[in-house]
Amino acid sequence: MIKKKFNLILIIFIFSFIFLGLFLGLKKESYYVPKNFNTKKVINLKSKEFFSRKEIKLYDILKNDNLTIINIWASWCLPCREEHKYILALSKESNINLVGLNYKDKFSNAKKFIKKYGDPYDIILADTDGTNSIELGAYGVPETFVIENKKKKILKKYIGPLNKISFNEIKKIIKDENK
Amino acid sequence: MKINKYFLILILFFLSQFTFVYGANKAELVDEISKNLRCLICQGQSIYDSNSDFAESMKILILRKISEGKNKKEIYEFLKSKYGDWIVYEPTFNKHTYFLWLLPLILFIFGGILILKKTLKVK
Repeated sequence: MIKKKFNLILIIFIFSFIFLGLFLGLKKESYYVPKNFNTKKVINLKSKEFFSRKEIKLYDILKNDNLTIINIWASWCLPCREEHKYILALSKESNINLVGLNYKDKFSNAKKFIKKYGDPYDIILADTDGTNSIELGAYGVPETFVIENKKKKILKKYIGPLNKISFNEIKKIIKDENK
Repeated sequence: MKINKYFLILILFFLSQFTFVYGANKAELVDEISKNLRCLICQGQSIYDSNSDFAESMKILILRKISEGKNKKEIYEFLKSKYGDWIVYEPTFNKHTYFLWLLPLILFIFGGILILKKTLKVK
């Protein structure tokens, strides 16, 4: 009798333990970001300017200020609309270079998007076949890179839409860099 | 004049054969490389199998790199530097993966010893 009760308790205990483990696992961030990512240098990728479709190299953009923020976006991407207010807020920061990378988008749709929600970018690049994003090391849209201009290093990378926490983090990086 | 014409046709024929073979080789190489790459945003698929935007772009990039004259190893190294070792299916042999590579061997030897001991005891 006692043994039966003990077994029951044991089973309940084990099950609740497994349940708890799996439940917590659900909430865990499951994106894989390579270690030592921060030491990675961006390559001088060839892209096209969004409006003129003229060829442009990334290193030509990483010049004016200390920091460059590259935001990968597309008009068909819903989370991009969600994070757009943060990008707009970032555009008000001085001392940064805000670059938009338009990912696999139709020109007309992308233009409509900017018209409707506002254009926060200093310059927009057109990544028509998605290869620029791969060369940056991105997974998809939206994604945001914070790059230090002199060493061309990626300081931080955000997969998915920006939120209040990541927005404040970026603001802190900008503040620290311009000390 | 007539000979010249046939000669020209012959040259064109060989040229077309050459580009055909060369083009096919490139596509085959893209397939070969993409089969060994893990599609990071789709679970359990290779870049070759996947039709996601990520995989499609990756295939375009691989083809471009091949056209630029990069070899297989250089392309793997480039992608590993961007996405980490996880992108290739076959893990590289380094200090993080010693255990992974050697464990089967250790288990095999250990098992062998175990079996040998048992059989010797029986005898």
